Amino acid sequence: MTDDTRDGHRSGGQELSRRAFIKTSGMGTVAFAMGPAYGAGQAAADEETETRLEAGETVPITLHINGRSERLLVEPRWSLLFVLRERLGLTAAKVGCERGECGSCTVLLDDVPRYACMTLAVEAVGRRIETAEGLMDGETLGQVQASFVKEDGLQCGYCTPGQVMAAEGLLRRNPSPGRDEIRHAMSGNLCRCGAYAHIFNAVEDAARHRKG
Amino acid sequence: MTTPFSYVRPRSVADVISSLEAEGATIHAGGTDLLGCLRDGVYAVDTVVSLGDVEGLAGVRELKDGGLAVGAMTTITDLAGHATVAGRYPGLAQAAAAVASPQLRHQGTVGGNLCQKPRCWYYRGDFPCLRKGGYKCFAVNGENQHHAILGGAQCFIVHPSDLAPALMALDAAAIIDGPAGTRRVAVADLHVAPAEDPTRETVLEPGEVITEVRIPAPPAGLYNSYRKIRTRRSWDFAIAGCALALTLDGDTVRQARVVLAAAAPVPWRSTAAEDVLRGNPLDDAHIRDAAETAMADAVPMTHNAYKVPLFKGMLIEELAKARPR
Ligand SMILES: Cc1cc2nc3c(=O)[nH]c(=O)nc-3n(C[C@H](O)[C@H](O)[C@H](O)COP(=O)(O)OP(=O)(O)OC[C@H]3O[C@@H](n4cnc5c(N)ncnc54)[C@H](O)[C@@H]3O)c2cc1C
Ligand code: FES
Ligand code: FES
Repeated sequence: MTDDTRDGHRSGGQELSRRAFIKTSGMGTVAFAMGPAYGAGQAAADEETETRLEAGETVPITLHINGRSERLLVEPRWSLLFVLRERLGLTAAKVGCERGECGSCTVLLDDVPRYACMTLAVEAVGRRIETAEGLMDGETLGQVQASFVKEDGLQCGYCTPGQVMAAEGLLRRNPSPGRDEIRHAMSGNLCRCGAYAHIFNAVEDAARHRKG
Repeated sequence: MTTPFSYVRPRSVADVISSLEAEGATIHAGGTDLLGCLRDGVYAVDTVVSLGDVEGLAGVRELKDGGLAVGAMTTITDLAGHATVAGRYPGLAQAAAAVASPQLRHQGTVGGNLCQKPRCWYYRGDFPCLRKGGYKCFAVNGENQHHAILGGAQCFIVHPSDLAPALMALDAAAIIDGPAGTRRVAVADLHVAPAEDPTRETVLEPGEVITEVRIPAPPAGLYNSYRKIRTRRSWDFAIAGCALALTLDGDTVRQARVVLAAAAPVPWRSTAAEDVLRGNPLDDAHIRDAAETAMADAVPMTHNAYKVPLFKGMLIEELAKARPR
């Protein structure tokens, strides 16, 4: 995926190139003063006690995604899932129910699995966001992804990126989970194809390789 | 996508309270209930007031009297996994572990769980129901298999929270800050029965925010548990549940709290069942009597009569587990 496709933005009916976008957001007309906790580059933050973003207007924010800082314009109402997919072209996290019921949008926030559909993008500022794209090593699959392939942990594959992120979050917290803990940790991710048994095998396989 | 709203991120509770003065301002804690409601158009907001940057609202701290204070922004995962909570109030930890799915527990908070909106499909769906200011409860002549068998009047939702019954059994209280100062409301008095006002879920006034929940020290000999029955095991709301807090002296029950989940529009304390248990041995006869008594006033709707034997059976099993071994 190239930077050009990832950074196409539409604002006020105008398509913005990556360069123009950065310039615009750099001059951002609406001040979004984030607190000191939100990192460098926000000099105004110290004087502000509160941040206010107006309805319907876009404001520049910086999201830390898969080890990169992405500066982009968002509306307060945009979900992290919408921003990942529609603004950054990171389409691994899938749109399923958009109600917190299926898990296909699972991403990691500071190593912890969360539903991107139930998270406002503005709430994810200052957090480490990881998607299945971020588990890749160049064109090579990460360990959890490779284990899903090896163990046939999917049929149609729609739920898979979410399953992979739930598994990755589990293994970061507990590198050697038992079968019951795996079932429990994966219970927020539905699979319409019913590949559950293979999914649990894949997580076990990934845990073995992580240890070895 | 929801309708547009403004977004503020105050740093202090005082600033939260002043931000809430704006017309149509609503608190965002974890956002798991709020965003679902906004997306389904259950209600609209003009300003979302995020608690994410407010200092000191998350975490569990010891109180001088031996109790615990749980910050409103404590995630449900952190509550479920807290060693002191699990040690002193196992039922509360069990209830927290049974809430929703792992991802929602990582994000959802204690304050948000107590203040979440009902899960009735008519309320969440495109129906002008009484609770949304409409003209009737569509569950009465509709699909009511998950609705109330106790305490229904005008509106027949069941309260969706697993934490509220568990906290109520432990005599916990919410600490509420607002424009008029700080007040303390027992969790037992936090929720509004539909007979009183079917359009309101909690006694919170505009501008008020729950900052923490305080749980008194566990009495000597406390037995505390939470049981949740759902239609599928992976995750779901309760179709029946019960929180027990019994103090036992040998096998005699000294104090009893029996609070039912998914039975009524508010977490439902069964004082009648408690009366049967108090002062008596926890033997088969009293256990059966308590379970029958808890359901004596039940009025099933057209599709939820199954709940009556379900609650009875569940209470019999759960009370039997409380017997000293
Ligand atoms: C698919 C799904 C399944 C679920 N299953 C269960 C279940 O089995 N059991 C269960 O108990 N719950 C369940 N829930 C509900 C879930 O636990 C709640 O959504 C969550 O606890 C709410 O917490 P939150 O911090 O995300 O709240 P938010 O969505 O941020 O807020 C919820 C409401 O409370 C208000 N609010 C939040 N914090 C405060 C505060 N401190 N003071 C005053 N008002 C406040 C908000 O304004 C809003 O109206 C489920 C939810 C979903 C989406
Ligand atoms: S799309 Fe987020 S949980 Fe279904
Ligand atoms: S593989 Fe098809 S939904 Fe899981």
